[in-house]
Amino acid sequence: MSLYVDIEKRLGDFRLRARFETQGGTLGLLGASGCGKSMTLKCIAGVERPDRGAIVLDGEPLFDSEKKIDLPPRKRGVGCLFQDSALFPNMTVGQNILCGLHREKDKAKRAAELNGTIKLCRLEGLEGLRPHQLSGGQRQRAALARILVSRPRVLLLDEPFSALDAHLRDKLQLEVRELLAGFGRDAVLVTHSRDEVYHMCRSIAVMDRGRLLAVRETKALFADPGSVCACELTGCKNVAPARKAGEYEAEVPFWGITLQTAQPVGDGLKAVGIRAHYFNPRTQHNRFPVEPLGEMEEPFEWIVEFRWKGQAPDAPPLWWRTPKDRRPARSPAELGVAPANVLLLYE
Amino acid sequence: MDWYPLLNSLRTAGLSCAIVFFLGISCAYYAARLPRAAKGALDVVLTLPMVLPPTVCGYCLLLLFGARRPLGLLLDQAGIRFVMTWQGGVLAASVVAFPLMYRTARGAFESFDETLAQAGQTLGLSNTFIFWRVRLPACRRGIAAGAVLAFARALGEYGATSMLAGYIPGRTATISTTVYQLWRSGDEAGAFRWVLVDAAISAAVLLAAELLEGRRKAVRG
Repeated sequence: MSLYVDIEKRLGDFRLRARFETQGGTLGLLGASGCGKSMTLKCIAGVERPDRGAIVLDGEPLFDSEKKIDLPPRKRGVGCLFQDSALFPNMTVGQNILCGLHREKDKAKRAAELNGTIKLCRLEGLEGLRPHQLSGGQRQRAALARILVSRPRVLLLDEPFSALDAHLRDKLQLEVRELLAGFGRDAVLVTHSRDEVYHMCRSIAVMDRGRLLAVRETKALFADPGSVCACELTGCKNVAPARKAGEYEAEVPFWGITLQTAQPVGDGLKAVGIRAHYFNPRTQHNRFPVEPLGEMEEPFEWIVEFRWKGQAPDAPPLWWRTPKDRRPARSPAELGVAPANVLLLYE
Repeated sequence: MDWYPLLNSLRTAGLSCAIVFFLGISCAYYAARLPRAAKGALDVVLTLPMVLPPTVCGYCLLLLFGARRPLGLLLDQAGIRFVMTWQGGVLAASVVAFPLMYRTARGAFESFDETLAQAGQTLGLSNTFIFWRVRLPACRRGIAAGAVLAFARALGEYGATSMLAGYIPGRTATISTTVYQLWRSGDEAGAFRWVLVDAAISAAVLLAAELLEGRRKAVRG
């Protein structure tokens, strides 16, 4: 039970190359907007056609440019949840869900399935409403219900939470995660949000300008992103070019400092990243004088913008995030970072 | 008062509106999916009857369907005549009204959110189902507007009709040709009566369109 994808597609100057395989559970495709992640999903669903390559689901080819196989979307058994739900506006919630049940000819079974799904997706009492009368979260639950009753072999989720308010988003993520667990088949979630992939996905593939980097386990990717693109997409604010200075030393000319690292530094080092949370005024490691530039208060944290004393004039400022209860009374003159928290980036 | 022009006008407008409705929707559906260049070329051809003077349309129709033209002869053998018949009036009105239906429907199809069709396809729905149950209902506003415009245009058609169907009282007379003939023969009062009838029908059509729109809004809440 898995989805294997290896495709190429050219759109003007843009070149999409994606190769991955789902490994049970939900795979996240993390990428900035316009990196080709939605196009990848469309190719899997069959509404766009790749130039070359193969898409294989549970051993059955859905697309194969060499064998000239290209199943139409309605024969692929691939369910798609879109950002704006794509419920049919002229039908009620119940009628929309019945569209997913059109293969079931037995009326009694259809009604039973409909009722079961409505309960499962917590849509009781909304069957007779039209999509525009629902809230954003209800719309996505209804769209998911419509997909689940059609019993797809794999589920594709295209930014399903990005049109929702923050508090609805977290709630819906929990609900969808539970429904996906009950669904028991692989899913692919496309998103630009690091929180979403962290909540929902066991493994992640980062997409960088049309190119899909290797699939990684979620926690491993956040702990060691490995590439500038993955580092930024996982939310790291402070990234600067760097070069190897010693076995455990990386020189960062933009910041005017040389950092000690816990990992041995490889020859091909391109940049280093330091997450805003990882600066610490009390650590003795990698400790350098700073000039604070500005502060921004958040409900539970402070964001401090600063420069290293020896920083190049045209290098952008850095960010330090600290919980309010751990913020020192006076702005520290020096900040440090543990060697294990210096992220080494090779591409 | 002889009511034939009224009946013939309603018949002509009704039939051509029906013909143009299906023809316009199918052309619009396929045109909306064509590549840009092909769509532009097709657009010019299909919209031409709207910008050409109706008399020029009528002349072209005579060139095609005239009694001594190849197509006209062929149809004549099959018992179909368009010159000086009420069927000719339907043909003329359809040709002139077609671009209104085609263009409005195409605009509606082009603003249709293709994600809905893609969602339908991935659910396993057939393209026929998607067309009739999703695409058309979503575009019904534009399509209804096109149908009303086409009906109104067919009702008021004069130029092409007078050339192809002519004016034969009791056979091809429509309201618009009757008004002209009565006025020309000096029967001002008769012409004015028909003007009133025509104004009444036009107002009724527009009112019906307005009511339809109002009910739709009420339903959507």
